[in-house]
This record gives sequence, C-alpha cells and structure tokens, in this order.
Amino acid sequence: MTDRFDIYIAGVGGQGIGLLSEALIRAADAAGLTARGCDTHGLAQRGGSVASHVRIGSRCHSALVSEGSADLVVALEIHEAVSAGRAYLKEGGTLVWCDASWQPLAVRLGTERPAEVSDVEEVAALRRGRAVRVPADAVPDPRMQNTAVLAAICREGLVPGLGLEHARTALTDLMSGPALEANLRLLA
Amino acid sequence: MKELGKALLSEEPFSEIVIGDTAVARALVEARVRVISSYPGSPTPEIAEALAAIPKEERPFYFEFSVNEKVALELAFGAAINGHASAVFFKSVGLNVAADSFVQLSLMDIPGGLVVILGDDPGANSSQNEQDNRHYARLAYLPLLEPATSQEAYVMTLEAARLARERRTAVILRLTTHVCHAKEKVSFGAYRPEPLDRTPRFDPAASNYIPIAATVFPLKRRALERLEAFRGDFEASPLNRILPGGDPRRGVIAAGTARLSLLDALEELPPERRPAVLELATVHPLPRRLVARFLAGLTEAKILEELDPLLEEEIKALAYDEGLATKILGKADPEELLGGYLPAKVRAILAAAWPDLGLAPPASALAARAAEAAAGAATGTAAAAARAPRGRESVPARPPQLCPGCGHRSAFHAVRKALREGDITVADIGCHTLGYLPPYRMGGVLLSMGHSTSTASGLSIFREGRRVVCFLGDSTFFHAGMPGIVNAVYNGHEVLLVVMENGTTAMTGHQDHPGTGRSFNGPAPKLSVRAALEGLGVKNIREVDAYRQAELTALVREALAEPGFKVIIARHPCMLKLTREARRRAGAAWKVRQVRVDPDTCVKNHECIERFACPSFQAREGGAVEVSRDLCIGDGSCRQTCPAGALVQDKEEGR
Repeated sequence: MTDRFDIYIAGVGGQGIGLLSEALIRAADAAGLTARGCDTHGLAQRGGSVASHVRIGSRCHSALVSEGSADLVVALEIHEAVSAGRAYLKEGGTLVWCDASWQPLAVRLGTERPAEVSDVEEVAALRRGRAVRVPADAVPDPRMQNTAVLAAICREGLVPGLGLEHARTALTDLMSGPALEANLRLLA
Repeated sequence: MKELGKALLSEEPFSEIVIGDTAVARALVEARVRVISSYPGSPTPEIAEALAAIPKEERPFYFEFSVNEKVALELAFGAAINGHASAVFFKSVGLNVAADSFVQLSLMDIPGGLVVILGDDPGANSSQNEQDNRHYARLAYLPLLEPATSQEAYVMTLEAARLARERRTAVILRLTTHVCHAKEKVSFGAYRPEPLDRTPRFDPAASNYIPIAATVFPLKRRALERLEAFRGDFEASPLNRILPGGDPRRGVIAAGTARLSLLDALEELPPERRPAVLELATVHPLPRRLVARFLAGLTEAKILEELDPLLEEEIKALAYDEGLATKILGKADPEELLGGYLPAKVRAILAAAWPDLGLAPPASALAARAAEAAAGAATGTAAAAARAPRGRESVPARPPQLCPGCGHRSAFHAVRKALREGDITVADIGCHTLGYLPPYRMGGVLLSMGHSTSTASGLSIFREGRRVVCFLGDSTFFHAGMPGIVNAVYNGHEVLLVVMENGTTAMTGHQDHPGTGRSFNGPAPKLSVRAALEGLGVKNIREVDAYRQAELTALVREALAEPGFKVIIARHPCMLKLTREARRRAGAAWKVRQVRVDPDTCVKNHECIERFACPSFQAREGGAVEVSRDLCIGDGSCRQTCPAGALVQDKEEGR
C-alpha cells in the first residue's frame, strides 16, 4: 500500500456521491487503512455539480485532494467525468465513470454540445491514464448507480488494498433492509 | 453507522467515522450541555441532524430550531444565566443577525456557561460572503477556539464547554465548512450521564445584568480581566502544539485547516528543510508568551491563516513589543485574503515566500487557485476545466438549480410573463435565490436574509416606469422578513412582494419553521403567513397555487396595476421533500406518472426545455426533446407550458 492515495469523486446533486464517498472511507477502514474525506456540496446543490474527496494513507493531513493529483477520479455522470477528469486526474491515474447523462443547462439550451464517450476517453488519454466505463443501463435503479461504480472500483482493484468484501462491510454499516439487499447484489 | 442515536449516548468510549458536525454533537452530550438552539444554515445543520438521531424521550438536553439566530442565541443565553450549560450554533452570517445580543455576552455573568458554535465559510461555498468571524471575538471580548479536524472539533467542543462553565461566560467555537464536513475516525471518550438539574438559578441580585451608561464599566472591566485570564489558560493549553523543525531559521504559525494544508506540504520536504510549526488552536486571546517563545531565535516566521490577517497583525505588534528581530511574513497578495487555504493554495504561498524550500511546482500552473475548484463552488469544476491546458475546449458549468417539480419554477415562469422590460426583481435567501440563474433571471439583487421587501422599497422610490417585484420564502418571512413588510405598509411603498411558500426550510435540508405546524420536538402551532400579513396591516393579499401558472400571471398583472404595497402568496409544497416522503412510505410500491414528449404532437418550439427549463428535459438530435427517466418525478407542472400539448403523462410506472 502506498502511503497516500487520493480519490476525487464528482457527480450531480441527487446522485448519491455522499454515500459513495462514505462507503469508500468505511471500506478503507475495514481494510485496515487510514482514510479521511470531505464532501464539498455547497448550498443544497440541487442538481448542481457536487464533489467529494477521499484520501487514504497515513501521510494525508488535509481531507481535500488537490487539482491534478487524484490517483483515481470517480464520476457518476458523463459531463462531470470530463470536467473532473480534466481538473483532478494525475498523470497515469484512472478515471472510472458511469455513463449516465444529466445534461447541464447550456446543453439543454443548445448553446453547448453534450459530452461524448470520446471526450472522456480523450481526457484519460491526455493524462496518460485509463478510463473505466460503468454502463448506467445495467443498473436496475438510477439511485444505485453509485453502488455500481463502487462495485467496479473494487472489482477492478482500482484502490490498492480495497476489495468487494470491504465494500460489502461498508454498505452493511450504512444501510439496512431491502435497500441494503439490493445494493449488496451489485457487490456480489 | 446505522444507529447514530445510540452511539451518541454510548457511555463507553468508542471510535467511529463521522463528520466534524457529528463529533460536535457527541461532545455536547458528553459535556452534559442541557439547552441547545440553532437556526439552520450550512455548514452546521448536520449538528442538529445528529442530535435528532437521539429519540426525543432519551435526549439529555432540550433542543430547538428558533426562528432566527438572534432568537436562538438569546434563548441559549437565557438558559445559561439560569445555570444550565447551553450551546447555540448557526452559520457565519447568522452571527450578524445575532450580533446585537452577542456583543453583550461578555458583560454578563453566565453561570451555566454558553458555547457559541459558528460555521464560518471560507470559500463562500454556501454563503453570500466569506466573512471572518474571528473579528467578532475581538469585538465582543470573547475567547475563540478553532479546530481543524473532526477529532479536534470533538475535543475543543468539550474544552469550550468546560471553560465556559468554569469562567461563567461564553466561549466561541469557530468551525469552518471543511471542518464541519470533514470525515474521519474520531475517538470519543466516556459519557457519564447525570440526572437533569431543573433548578432555575438566575439571580439578578448576585450580579448586575442591566448594563446602562456608567454601570457598563465595571462589567466591561470584568470582561477584560476575564479575557486576560483566558490568555493565561491558553499559554499552557495542550490544544496548541509546536512541531520542531529541521531548519533553525524558519517557523510557521498556522491556524485552522491551513494547518493541515501546511502539514501536507511539509511531507514533501526533507527533514532538514522543514520549518518549525506552531499550530494555534486558541486563536483569541492570543497566547502571547507562547508565540514570543516560538518566534525567539527564528530569522523568519510565516503566518498561515485563512481570510483576514488577524493573527498576522497581532503577531507583528507582539514582535515589535518584544523587540524580536524575527521577520514576520504575512499575506503578500490580496488574493491571499480570498478563499479557503486548501493544500494547493498553501503550497503556492509557501513556495512564493520561500522559493528555496524546493516545493515541487504544483500539478497545474494555476493550481494556486484550486481553492475555488476544490471547494466545488457553483462554477468551480467548470472553471477548473476551463483552465486545463488541452483537449475539449470547455465543459458546460452546472450550477445548482431548482429541482424537477419545484413550485418556484412554475412561479418564476408565470411571474416573468407578467413583467415588462425594465421591471426590477429583488431576490431573497432560499432555494428561490436560484431564480437569478438563466433562463429565469428573476431576482436581480441579494443582500441578506429578509432584505427583499426593504431593498425593493428603496428601489421603488423615484423609479419612473419601472415596477418593483420582490421575492421571499416562508422560513425567511418568519426569520427576518417581517420588519421590511411592516415598513412597506407603514411608509406606503409601492412594491409587489411574492411570498414563495413551500412549507419548509428547503435549502438547508427541510427543517420545520413556524408555518409548518411542526417543530424539532413534534407538533407545534401552525402560524399562517396570510394571517401574519393581515396582522401586520397588509390589505392587498392574493393567494394561488404556484402550479396554476396562468392564474398567477394574471394576479401579478392585476396587482402591479394597483397602488401601494401588495402581496401574492404563491404556494406549492417542496416537491423534493414531498416526493422523498411519499417514496419512503410507498417503498417498493412507489409509482409515478412520468411525463413524455409525444413526438407526433411536438412542434419543437422548446418552451419546455429552454424557458420552463425543468432539468428533466434533455436535448436530442434534430431539436427533439426527451424527458429523462432518471429525473422526472411525474409532477406534470410542465404540461401547461407546451402550446402544442405534446407533454403527456401515461400510466403509472414503478421506478
């Protein structure tokens, strides 16, 4: 394990990045790692861009990740994947993203073009990193896209030391009942 | 952690991953604080969310959301002079509202002790400014503690409660956004419950509580002496830490989260190049001997503090008084008074102060401004993206917006239709502030909570041809909206006020307010906005469901044609809250009738996507419009906006 692994998580208000980041921190804790983080939603950020920071390792002090230094950028939406990847991904980092699309206003007004898969791939390539795509279609409920991405992170080993069993422990810590069962199925 | 309420009452020591706000809540329980009050405002409402996790009958304290910060502070003060340990918390600018009473606190003998918890917001993540409330500590002669992590937030809340009780006064705990919301594993101590002591101990004979004219001076003298006593406490406080450096010439004095950013930067330096560090938690009054000892022998000392140079000025004066030759390096650039001291910013500041440290250049040439982007401010990510060097030219910004189904959207869409070019609209604070963003552009000026009617009244004087409309939410109506309304009635200002009544305090997380019929503690008297308006003497009042857009447009036209002050109450419940609650109740049986665009009827005039602009509408190839299955809540408020009737709702579907 490195002594510092930085994760920047981006999404749209309402997508549940808070749960995703808390699950990552708890999964890291379950794996015996030191982790801290911070959600940086302003206001309620209804439908606005939201971000969360997670830092794993004993040499992290601030809870915030700096631009251009995220080992892993996680995005729950395609436009957010492009902007978060551009701003935060470090050289050789990984960009894991869910291909859901919630168009920003400028796209809906027709003044800017929507982000495309090639935009995301280009961002990763510019940083000499790789992009891992999580299809939104395969998730039964849009509210579980965050868990689908968590599953992809653990399954692909994108955070050193973190496996699916740690993610399951984390979710069991955070949810219960049918919601927990449905989410655990994605982490099987 | 599913059972937060149980954890908060745990008598055994435990550790748990929590945010700073939750750590504060546990500390209030452990410190046996008995009366707690608040007005909701980011970044502090999560303290109340944690307290709410304890079932009402098991709470070893009384809590309330008061109608505004001033009332909340006075309530906690009243309990504290009765001998009960008390605390009050609210956001940064809330202190301006509470200031009239707050500045009196140090004159008082407060046997129960009062902790004033402030959620400052460097970076203005969710506030109308980023004011540095450390100024208020000086102004009011009150001590101030400043933690940087969740663990410290816990420890310093305990310490603040202890000091406040011991010295019978108020103590400020200054949190900032990234302390309130930072998440880490916190080690909590034991909790020793004690039975509630219901004895009222207020004794106006034992101490003077009426500061008037000459009687102020003995009280002020006592306040100043008390402040010096705190300074003495702080000289030896374990809350302040000195980290020895490898370079005997240099030191850094840092406070708040700037300390963490500093430690991150120092990790990159070889030991022999590291400056010594004084981590300062007792920010006011400054422990002068401790600082002087730290400075003695140093050639240079850099001060790292967010926002205003308060420590810098005080430490420079101290160095002069003590005859120290140490060069004090303060803020070198006005930019250093702006935004949070995030890691990239502190790194850039250190690198500029001491280029020979050899801190590696930041990942991006402009990373010194990472503050805005990392803070996730409305335009942050896009701004960051715009600065990136290559690839796609730009990614559209995504500021917060009104939710699908929001009654405010219908209201703005309808009010706009009744306005003429040049009419002036005035915003207030709440979700409806978001109406200033395109495409609505409603609400052209914003000062503070409840300002809208008064600012609009001023705009209505000498305003040939331009009519003035202002907006106000229901929670803000009760908070600070009424004096402006009384004034408009009394002085006869020709203004139309639209009260956007959504039945909750939506922006800060759906807290109740006097108009909802519930309080934090259960059912409560439901105050009617209309009855209040009538009681205040407003004669001209209209009411409409905000979803009835044509009717609202007509009412605005009518009202604007009439003289004097008039009010339209545009009412619709917060749909985010309503939908969430309905979904929770229905569980797996949850169904909605989502809207879809009938492609055969659609004439592509784009009223729905470009002007009504519910975020559910998605632009497709060839000017087609589609409704997002992820986003539509099936409210149907959009359907009336389509001139062709192409927005249809089919059968109910599970989601």
